[in-house]
Amino acid sequence: MEVPRHWRLKKQRYALVGEVCPHCEAKIFPPRDVCPECGGEAKTTFQFSGRGEVYSFTTIYNPPRGFEENVPYTVALVKLDEGPIVTAQLTDVDAEQVEIGMPVEMVTRRLRQDGDERGVIIYGYKFRPRSLAS
Amino acid sequence: MRKVAVLGIGQTKIAEHWEFSIRELAGEAVFRALEEASQPPIDGLFVGNMLSPLVEHQSSLGPLIADWIGLRHGEAVKVEAACASGAAAFRSALMAVASGQMEIAVAVGVEKMTDQHPRDVTFGLATAADADYELDQGVSFVGLNAMIMQRYLHTFGWQSSDLAAFSINAHQNALHNPYARLHMAITREDYERSHMVAAPIRLLDASPIGDGAAAVVLAPADRLPPGNRVLVTGSGAATDTIAVHSRRDPLFLQAAWRSARQAYQQAGRQPEDIDFFELHDAFSIMAALSLEAAGFAERGQGPRLALEGDIRPEGRIPICTRGGLKARGHPVGATGMYQIVEVVQQLRGECGPTQVPAARVGMAQNIGGSGATILTHILERD
Ligand SMILES: [Zn+2]
Repeated sequence: MEVPRHWRLKKQRYALVGEVCPHCEAKIFPPRDVCPECGGEAKTTFQFSGRGEVYSFTTIYNPPRGFEENVPYTVALVKLDEGPIVTAQLTDVDAEQVEIGMPVEMVTRRLRQDGDERGVIIYGYKFRPRSLAS
Repeated sequence: MRKVAVLGIGQTKIAEHWEFSIRELAGEAVFRALEEASQPPIDGLFVGNMLSPLVEHQSSLGPLIADWIGLRHGEAVKVEAACASGAAAFRSALMAVASGQMEIAVAVGVEKMTDQHPRDVTFGLATAADADYELDQGVSFVGLNAMIMQRYLHTFGWQSSDLAAFSINAHQNALHNPYARLHMAITREDYERSHMVAAPIRLLDASPIGDGAAAVVLAPADRLPPGNRVLVTGSGAATDTIAVHSRRDPLFLQAAWRSARQAYQQAGRQPEDIDFFELHDAFSIMAALSLEAAGFAERGQGPRLALEGDIRPEGRIPICTRGGLKARGHPVGATGMYQIVEVVQQLRGECGPTQVPAARVGMAQNIGGSGATILTHILERD
């Protein structure tokens, strides 16, 4: 189990912490050291609101190893209100009700339990439907 | 840079080769190519492969295969670019000969995928995606392509079954390719009945995995008299973000556009000059995106070429003339080399019922990941 790798990602996984470019104001997630919009250095952290809408989605029946317990589950590309798109599972929703454009918000959920003897459980962001009023 | 010609080609059938190891498969393809080339002395070997460390617990394929083929002490390296490893190995061999560093270079793509449990292969394929931000969310490789297809259908107003024409063409062409994984014609009804793998992708949108190897021997063009040579006239390579979600436009293969433009410029060609196109139909949506990015269709209009028959061997821009990934099969790191070998077969006029009439200029495009690495090559009869 790669504990350090998951530990390194905790700010991103638990709080959607990315970056804002000090030169062009672009919001960046996942973080990277060079702004994809203007090419300037970008290391200023920025916490995303966690709100967005479904850009696209699919249902997974044949998961990669480690995700068997949740099958079938819905994965989406979520376009965040601030601009970037993230890949994440949808939760608290029936697959048949998901559609492109559906408003969603971030929640923290168990992503998977690692299969080895140490049994590390990985938590991170998923998205659930939100009413337009919220 | 020197002009480079293909001296010989070799390939194995794509199948579940439980009786052959990865070195035997690669060796068979290389020996066939060397035999065609009249056994020249080899200066170097470039091996395209993706999964051998994960699936075969074997890295260091350069010396492994060099030893097997009798190239002891010669330069040999593995080139990895996910599903584009084959074309990446080919481009390395091409650059070695074109630059004068090598006289004779061999490129071989090889993949062994059927030794392990399918779930481990699914995991292995998913490592082409972003481990931290895609794979850890539980998305599979087919899942990423499904999300691209879902958005494409929504944006451009197609039905999923409109893409069936890509699979039907590929299966029809593979009937005449003895090296193909699948020999089975399909209909639109078969497509609509096939089960959903990751909506909207059905089984008959997806290419089958398999074990296989394909190889090419390259040499300076001046070693052969003009007339019946096959020359590599254009080569381009480009990348995009590894994650689909970070692309400026997830529905446009920027790296395909860029690598195709490089290849066109090098060869002095345009899309209208291309007689046939071996593209990377790992999923039928990728065939549409590839046609659009390479300049054969307007954005969102790729499926029209399939529905109107333009992609068939007698059509305006034939694709997947030997079955494509969909029916020839997709032994991932070997696929790019199969495409090159098939382009050579077309240019030599060896393709029987799926021969493209008067084929002179052929193009191959190999895609790694969900569009992260893309190489485009143009070969011509001269
Ligand atoms: Zn910027």
